[in-house]
Amino acid sequence: MSLLTVIGQLMSGMGMTCAIFFLTLLFSLPLGLVVALLRMHRNKVISVITRVYISIMRGTPLMLQVIVVYFAPYYVFRVQISQSYRFAAVIIAFVLNYAAYFAEIYRSGIQSVPQGQYEAAQVLGYSHSQTFLRIIVPQVWKRVLPAVTNEVVTLVKDTSLSFAIAEAEMFTIAKQISSKVASIWPLLAAGLFYYIFNLLVVLVCSRVEKHYSYYKI
Amino acid sequence: MNTYLQMNHIRKSFDGNEVLRDISLTVAEGQVVSIIGPSGSGKSTLLRCATMLETMDAGDLIYLGQYAARDEGGRSVYAPPAELRRIRKDFGLVFQNFNLFPHYSVRKNITEPQMLAGRSREEAEAKAEELLRKLGLSDKADQYPCQLSGGQQQRVSIARALALEPKILFFDEPTSALDPELTAEVLRVIRELAKQHMTMIIVTHEMQFARELSDYIIFMEHGLIQAEGTPAELFATDNQRVRDFIGRFQA
Repeated sequence: MSLLTVIGQLMSGMGMTCAIFFLTLLFSLPLGLVVALLRMHRNKVISVITRVYISIMRGTPLMLQVIVVYFAPYYVFRVQISQSYRFAAVIIAFVLNYAAYFAEIYRSGIQSVPQGQYEAAQVLGYSHSQTFLRIIVPQVWKRVLPAVTNEVVTLVKDTSLSFAIAEAEMFTIAKQISSKVASIWPLLAAGLFYYIFNLLVVLVCSRVEKHYSYYKI
Repeated sequence: MNTYLQMNHIRKSFDGNEVLRDISLTVAEGQVVSIIGPSGSGKSTLLRCATMLETMDAGDLIYLGQYAARDEGGRSVYAPPAELRRIRKDFGLVFQNFNLFPHYSVRKNITEPQMLAGRSREEAEAKAEELLRKLGLSDKADQYPCQLSGGQQQRVSIARALALEPKILFFDEPTSALDPELTAEVLRVIRELAKQHMTMIIVTHEMQFARELSDYIIFMEHGLIQAEGTPAELFATDNQRVRDFIGRFQA
């Protein structure tokens, strides 16, 4: 197998890797905010349930979560699993997992906004939702950017965990090629792709951070 | 003269610790009332109860004849949220730590609350410009709070409060976070407001300032009003505790 065909096949897996990456971010970044709010909810029951959810997501392997989400319909409900569900299962598991991590990051961010900001907003006639959306969220976003960057970098690498249910993303393909041609090069090439992907991620995130450096908190 | 603010028999405890025990005060239109006293005397809590940042345990809170809270059998019962929102428009509050919104420019800090209150952008910006000019901050409109000195930040926060045209303006130790020079520039602004007969309630440690500016001074300690009166009365009191406290600050 020539180097070009190897790279060509890896690139097709890269498409899947990117799809997992972007879809996970698209859903988990906002969902994390919802989870953070439920976690801080006045209602004890809601707060405790959310806390248990976060604890399970953070306390068990993502690979296991992917497998459970994929096989649960069959084992629990005896529903035949269709081919197309494989990708959906990956996205569902990743979104649920990452939303939990983002929620904890947001929560620490929300709690670090001084009480005085809420009080000033209240006295100036802001409603609760206006206070949250206009005053709190923008400041939280700036505060949590470095921590979010960390998670996003981890996500790039975690996409490889979907090999557990043989989703055809880059790592799964690299492993297949590697064993077919009995060489380590496909794996190293995949490693290089992940590395470059993350260089770009860090570059973009630091740009975003810089964009928000016009004010200090 | 109209009674702008009336607080009757206010009580407030935190975890069984009584911070306010039976405080009453009345502020008339155009009056400047200063609240002085040692740290932990309850004066900031009183201000926070008046501005509804804390809920009172007992007592009435009345703005311009409207009950924000009414004492019913020894417990404060607050008016419905919609009514409280209306009553909040009657007063403004200037914080010790300014509490400007750091992600907004000076201009937006002043215009956004006005626009949420229903003014058009043009009206809000005209008002902001006028206030910034009066407070000597015209050149700072496009800067962010972090680029300003403490004194400038406090003046912006005064402008932000004034933009909503409150009937009463509260100050919670407005100069405690400032050095003497910056203190002077903020006090100058408050003095100017007093000349224009703005109704103000000021918690302060600046004794000389309180004496010069106030129509009425309240001395608080241990959650009680220990002495009150006009500056002349209070500064000539034979209450030894008040004399000690004032004397220490004047020295």
